[in-house]
Amino acid sequence: MAGLTLTNVIKRFGAYEVVHGANLEIADGEFVVFVGPSGCGKSTLLRMIAGLEDVSEGTIEIGGIAVNDVEPSERRIAMVFQSYALYPHMTVRRNLSFGLQMNGNPKEDTERRVAHAANILQINELMDRRPGQLSGGQRQRFAIGRAIVREPQVFLFDEPLSNLDAELRVQMRVEISRLHKQLGTTMIYVTHDQTEAMTLADKIVVLRAGRIEQVGAPLELYDNPANQFVAGFVGSPKMNFLKARIEGKGASGVTVSLRADPRVKLTLPVSSAVAAGSQVMLGVRPEHFVNAGAGDTDLTVRIDVAEHLGHTSYVYATISDEPLIIERPESRHGGDSDSLTIGLSAARCFLFDAEGSRLR
Amino acid sequence: MKSKSRTLMMQRLALHAALTPLAIIWLFPLWMMFVFSTMPDYGIFSPDIVLWPSTNFVENFKNLQADTNFLRAMFISITVAVIYTVLSVMLTSMAGWALARYRFAGRSMVIAIILGTITLPFAVVVIPQFIMVAREFKLANTWVALIVPPLFNSLGVLFMRQSFSMMPTELFDAARVEGVKEWRIFLHIALPLARPTMAALSIILFLASWNNYLWPLLINSRPGMMTAPVALGTLIGLTKVSWGGIMAGAVLLTAPILFVFIFLQRHFISGIAAGAIK
Ligand SMILES: Nc1ncnc2c1ncn2[C@@H]1O[C@H](COP(=O)(O)OP(=O)(O)O)[C@@H](O)[C@H]1O
Ligand SMILES: [Mg+2]
Repeated sequence: MAGLTLTNVIKRFGAYEVVHGANLEIADGEFVVFVGPSGCGKSTLLRMIAGLEDVSEGTIEIGGIAVNDVEPSERRIAMVFQSYALYPHMTVRRNLSFGLQMNGNPKEDTERRVAHAANILQINELMDRRPGQLSGGQRQRFAIGRAIVREPQVFLFDEPLSNLDAELRVQMRVEISRLHKQLGTTMIYVTHDQTEAMTLADKIVVLRAGRIEQVGAPLELYDNPANQFVAGFVGSPKMNFLKARIEGKGASGVTVSLRADPRVKLTLPVSSAVAAGSQVMLGVRPEHFVNAGAGDTDLTVRIDVAEHLGHTSYVYATISDEPLIIERPESRHGGDSDSLTIGLSAARCFLFDAEGSRLR
Repeated sequence: MKSKSRTLMMQRLALHAALTPLAIIWLFPLWMMFVFSTMPDYGIFSPDIVLWPSTNFVENFKNLQADTNFLRAMFISITVAVIYTVLSVMLTSMAGWALARYRFAGRSMVIAIILGTITLPFAVVVIPQFIMVAREFKLANTWVALIVPPLFNSLGVLFMRQSFSMMPTELFDAARVEGVKEWRIFLHIALPLARPTMAALSIILFLASWNNYLWPLLINSRPGMMTAPVALGTLIGLTKVSWGGIMAGAVLLTAPILFVFIFLQRHFISGIAAGAIK
């Protein structure tokens, strides 16, 4: 088992830079999730760790050893691909043993490892089928099995669940989590799905356009996002962002007013210097609205649609053309009124400047 | 629903009505070749047109065999075609793999040149090729000269390259991570997956070799080494041309290919389609 260190890792395809100097520390046995929108460089970063792409600049260390010039097969890693990448012309049993066999691993040891992996994943009965005769979920299980057989120091997953339907995705997610508990091996997992990131990770690395925006435990990112991008990316439904304006600064912080309804004013403790009159974004999660009168201020919104899920309800609303989502755990009936007054509590609100940097 | 299936039926009927005459035009010479091969020579040149086979096939074949040792020529043709096909599929798949999988300086230039050679008619190449092989390398009347020069088949290279490029790269990445050596990735993963394309290519190459007339005629004039089309060609120059014998030879040359094609046409067409579209 091993930890990883990425120091100033840069990747260019020709003149086009796609990863701009990534620094990252991954502890031994940690489950790390790279998350970010499609095209942000997650796969590229992972493939550099695997050795499938050259590192343009910087170093990658696995278990304390720089591996920039080490062949993928010598890095003690195993990788699970989005397309499963099972060899279609071999039985899945042979898929599992093929790599070991090609490297001259003793036959008994190969068989032992294959049987072990099949036991862990409970895929014994299907071993003599071809990948084409299996469902997506079963294929994914064998792809993971092929990784387990290598007994790697680090598992790498590149969006392994994105080809599965929603139900199976949840099931496999739990299984991967269990696998991590059982094996205790370092795992790096790439996804664009924040739910997967939140549920699986010990540590989330949020990427945007080739840059690491924030690294932290799931709840750290939720409670304390470094900027508007992370705030918007982590949490479901997304955080609401309402345009606001700095009214002035007092002893207890700055006072902002909503652009949509300037009568709504809120005072937040902000340490950094902000000029009065500047445009800012007020961030508030759907689940952090309170009942009218219970917060520091109230606002009235127009209801578009209400979704009642039983345990909770989501109200999709607008306030002079700015959309927002409000979670109302207690309201089982939307009521017939098409407007809603709810409370905002300053303690649960975030503030971002025009560039998306966090002010509060 | 009903009217829909009816229009479909009408469309099919129209299609068949249009294609049947074409098929007959295409098949008629083949049929007449067969008919002539069963007739004595005086029958072939008789003014009445006979459309049904007669009984003289064996006689014709005996004449043919006496004039040219045609069985030996057939055997040589088959051997040459098989060796050629196997070697050429090996070479073109290796070249196609290199061009599909590896990025190297000048790769697109190499591909462009290969593509360019397809547009060159053989007639342009044949004289310089003959001079090179016969005069410079002094290889006239050898098996090497017969088989090797046509081995490099640009269509085959592009065909195989296309087939390899269509395979998902993650497959090869997975093998690389597992430490499978490059040549084993080629042998154990890429080649088995390219099997339909290789089958289609084999048929094309086998046919090309089987039908090849000009090159064997030029490079190979020794009687004991003639391929079947060349052997058949020598008959035309004789003072007494045995047309029945020539037709019998032509039937023997055509029949195996026709049967192979009829049995394999499904694979053949799907293989070509796979190479072209997928
Ligand atoms: N082989 C390549 N050549 C050129 N550009 C590439 C290559 N692979 C990826 N890219 C580019 O790098 C960026 C990041 O891609 P990727 O790492 O696949 O994103 P993600 O996995 O986060 O969706 C994208 O803009 C993509 O177009
Ligand atoms: Mg990706």
